[in-house]
Amino acid sequence: MTAVPVTAAQRRTSVRRVGLLGMLSLALLTAVVVAAGRGQLDVAPAEVVGSLLHRLGLDLGPMPSHPQGDVTLWTVRFPRVVMAAVAGAALATAGALMQGIFGNPLAEPGVVGVSAGAALAASTVIVFDLALVGTWTVALFAFVGGLVTTILVYLLSRDGGRTEVVTLVLTGIAVNAVASAGLAFLLFLGDQQAREEIVFWQLGSLNGSRWEQVGVAAPFMVVGLVAAMAMSRRLDLLALGDRAARHVGVDVERLRMGAIVVVALLTAAAVAFCGIIAFVGLVVPHLVRLLAGPGHRLLVPASALGGALLLVVADLGARTLVAYADLPIGMLTSLVGGPFFFWLIRRARRTSGAWA
Amino acid sequence: MSATRLRAEGVSVRLDGSTVLDGVDLEVRGGELVALVGPNGAGKSTLLAALAGDLDLDAGTVRLGEREVRSMRSLDLARRRAVLPQQGRLAFGFLVREVVAMGRAPWARTGHEDDDERLVDEALQRADVVHLTERRYPTLSGGERARTDLARVLAQDTAVVLLDEPTAALDIRHQEAVLSVARNLARVGRAVVVVLHDLSLAAAYADRICVLARGAVRADGAPHEVLTAELLGEVYQHPVRVVDVDGALVVVPVREEASCDALLS
Repeated sequence: MTAVPVTAAQRRTSVRRVGLLGMLSLALLTAVVVAAGRGQLDVAPAEVVGSLLHRLGLDLGPMPSHPQGDVTLWTVRFPRVVMAAVAGAALATAGALMQGIFGNPLAEPGVVGVSAGAALAASTVIVFDLALVGTWTVALFAFVGGLVTTILVYLLSRDGGRTEVVTLVLTGIAVNAVASAGLAFLLFLGDQQAREEIVFWQLGSLNGSRWEQVGVAAPFMVVGLVAAMAMSRRLDLLALGDRAARHVGVDVERLRMGAIVVVALLTAAAVAFCGIIAFVGLVVPHLVRLLAGPGHRLLVPASALGGALLLVVADLGARTLVAYADLPIGMLTSLVGGPFFFWLIRRARRTSGAWA
Repeated sequence: MSATRLRAEGVSVRLDGSTVLDGVDLEVRGGELVALVGPNGAGKSTLLAALAGDLDLDAGTVRLGEREVRSMRSLDLARRRAVLPQQGRLAFGFLVREVVAMGRAPWARTGHEDDDERLVDEALQRADVVHLTERRYPTLSGGERARTDLARVLAQDTAVVLLDEPTAALDIRHQEAVLSVARNLARVGRAVVVVLHDLSLAAAYADRICVLARGAVRADGAPHEVLTAELLGEVYQHPVRVVDVDGALVVVPVREEASCDALLS
């Protein structure tokens, strides 16, 4: 579709594409600046921008007026806000991918057991006090646990060289159940401190995010996002169903396997450092589809930006809604995401036909 | 007649322990429209799936040109044969135009990509869905979906075209229109295989009719050779009459009450 004369419909599509991505980027930047400034020590948005520009070597804008302002921004706020953006982008991209390979807009990383697997592995570290690689052990186990679970689910649900969607979903349910039982057993085994740690990790939080963690999560997210973009055209074709997708030349099994590895990568990168944050992967791609249609070439990047925006704003809420309290962000996204998701289902069923 | 495009030899398929196809031979040349007919459960759709390269065969081979279909990559297959599924479904609300453009996917990053726009436009016209271009697929009726899927198949622009009951959800006008499109594909040299239930339609449009019964080829030949009251009565286990109406063969089931002579006089 490159060298042909551009039709009106195509022009509309590309205008919508640039418009949506531009608006989301702008909103994300604004949210980052505002969120970074808000907290127990308030820094004005202009001063946040000034501090950023000074770091970039541009002598523009005002520096934070509070003596601790600049330090607070760079050691506490920015890592946390950037982590929120990275985790949100990773989770929303993972959701969009997963829905694409399941051909079902209700699928999400949690369904396949990534979150449960990651939680189980991380809790094992906490309860048995393992410290193979210092403070990184929890994160590493969470990642490996998520990946292993996803691959396990995939292999278990594979039959005769192909994967039925229903089998995959049901296997995910079974794995989730076993992982939950394992988690309950660990809660039972653990001492007071371990229990508290596990519970908080399950609730999800961005509290105490550090640059080193961002430095691990961000490359994972970027690699996952680029891989997802590379798959986007084939994901569109998968909407035709496995068989028809094969008829138009898609190697369905390879695509699905690749996408599952990318989903595990993206989800685990977020879950490892922030715990379980639900519904981002469901709500964001849904909203983008309502705004821009189901094409993955726009859906994937727009979901990444939208997910980042959502978590930055949600984390701002978690920090500031209740004075002197840092609410668990996973609780917040579920609290808002659950009813919102329900409303989406009702609305989308009326306006765009069946769920398939 | 040009060369053989598609050849099935001794194809046997067992599904869940029962034999669905048993030693089927079928040959389709370029420029030929072959109709697959037969009673429910005769193996028509299974044979079409075998021809499409979807199934592992228990015996026999299916060759597309010189190559065995099961040994070909799905992309190579997609550039040589297109398949219209029996029931179109779509997981997300893509626009009709986007769905038809999916048929061009096998040609992405090839020299043929330049034809995308023109072929999609042509396909929309030939399948009579131009007025639906900006509609979302899940909001279409069954017949509109079937025609959109047909447009996607046409856009794929392949030498072999396999259609599984393309007329099932269509009204008379669109039944005729769709089979005219199929016949025109054959006229320009494509090899076309169509699964049909309506024997009169098969008689009117097919160059050859292949009658399947219980997984085996019962007859294979020109419509007037194959469509006889004896053969069809035996295969369908219901008496039928084959009537010549101004040169067109019409197959009518024998009914106890209204006699077909009265209807057709």
